[in-house]
Amino acid sequence: MDLIRIKNVEKKYKNGVTAIYDLNLAIEKGSFVFVIGGSGSGKSTLIKMLYREEKPTKGQVIVGGLDVAKLKNKKVYKLRRKLGIVFQDYRLLPKLTVYENVAFALECIGERKDVIRQKVLKALEDVGLKNKVHEYPDNLSGGEQQRVAIARAIVNDPKLLLCDEPTGNLDPDMSMEIMKVLESINKLRGTTIIMATHDKEIVNKMKKQVITLKDGHLVKFKQKGTYAE
Amino acid sequence: MKVFRMLGRSIRDAFKSVIRNFSLSLASISCITITLIIVAVAIVATYNVQNFTKEIERDMTIVVFLEQDAKEDDIKDVEKELKSISNVDKYTFQSKVEIKEKMQQESEVFNTVLSNWDEEESPLKDTFQVKVKEVEQISKTAEKIEKIDKVSVVRYGEGMVDKMVKAFTSVEKVTYGIVIALILVTVFLIVNTIKLTISARRKEIGIMRLVGASNLTIKTPFIIEGMILGLFGSIVPVIVTTYGYLAFYKHFDGYLYSRLIQLIKPEPFIYQASLIVIIIGILVGMIGSASAVKRYLKI
Repeated sequence: MDLIRIKNVEKKYKNGVTAIYDLNLAIEKGSFVFVIGGSGSGKSTLIKMLYREEKPTKGQVIVGGLDVAKLKNKKVYKLRRKLGIVFQDYRLLPKLTVYENVAFALECIGERKDVIRQKVLKALEDVGLKNKVHEYPDNLSGGEQQRVAIARAIVNDPKLLLCDEPTGNLDPDMSMEIMKVLESINKLRGTTIIMATHDKEIVNKMKKQVITLKDGHLVKFKQKGTYAE
Repeated sequence: MKVFRMLGRSIRDAFKSVIRNFSLSLASISCITITLIIVAVAIVATYNVQNFTKEIERDMTIVVFLEQDAKEDDIKDVEKELKSISNVDKYTFQSKVEIKEKMQQESEVFNTVLSNWDEEESPLKDTFQVKVKEVEQISKTAEKIEKIDKVSVVRYGEGMVDKMVKAFTSVEKVTYGIVIALILVTVFLIVNTIKLTISARRKEIGIMRLVGASNLTIKTPFIIEGMILGLFGSIVPVIVTTYGYLAFYKHFDGYLYSRLIQLIKPEPFIYQASLIVIIIGILVGMIGSASAVKRYLKI
């Protein structure tokens, strides 16, 4: 079954730049997909359309049965509760501890305290940070901070995890650490993962599905692909 | 259950934010305080003006003097005619004899003068004192009464009363204008304060939106924060109006300049005025923060 279906999507920004031309895609539930391409290829735009930071100018983007393009601003939260998002810059709240940062996601949607505790600890265990629960983000390494961000993204058991250059700020060792965490989430939780990256090494090592974009056009969609120019 | 849980969190967050940004909160609270004091004074003034305009209107009486030779039958006829005029609310009749007695009681001089006249040659006239339903129509009603047979003169303190009512109404309008302008200024101030607290928490709001918080969930703490600022800002104005008005009332003994201008009794009035001030404070805080937060909820 397809979790994401993209039909004839075109995205033109207000400044006249067209980021995506006539894109058609279907992504299955449970898959692990890399989106690769140089800067300006439209990979970030694609990710942004999936969580409705941007709306497509034309066509349909359907995520988990929701038509993203038709989603009103007030109803965006319905989509966001179905997915988790991880960014290059972590986006953690510095005044909150690791536990509080992860719990924040559940507090925002009005979860009960005992449920929050149980889910947060489970998520932190999944990313291997159970021993840093009461640390503040500033006291953690970049890789650890990104793992906190991942824990926050998966704490609500989303069907889809979107990662926009999650290893962009990390050295190769830490990057691989993050990739292991993501792979185990994909396997253990069955979460569909879509990750935009330009890190060749990671893509070549992981042997996952690869979507290659160039100047807003879909070049390739390969099973077990590698980063080839 | 969920609603209460969310509300509890919102209130907690709102108080946290007020305390965390204490200097900023204090600044906006003092702004609200100053404007609310002026608003409160304006409210007290407006209500008093309204009160004594009404009071004066209620006191306005048309005095109808009958002709000297009016007999008892004539008086009855006049009474019938008065009854038929629609604007006439009620009337009382005073005969020459009654007036004479009253005047004699009031002053020694009158007593000696009046006692020299007997009923036939008394210069006093029988009178009707007429209260009208609508003061605005008083001159027309007076004209109608004047046309009745056996009526000689009609008096209702023309001119002066009209002018006074007009003056008070314009005073009232001006105060309304000032109050509205001040409230708008306060809203503007609160919008800016809340904008500052929000921009300090922009990152947090962004994350809240990302993790699927509904707009209402994001908005509520800020709106509550605005309400808290409004509430705190209304404390001093309430104290000032309450004690200020009590002192004012005591000092002037309930009347301003003359017996004509009567002040409202402070007892229930100051509580009502305080309540209005508090409600305005809270509403203004709420509206200000709601409009400030709106901008941040668009992606």
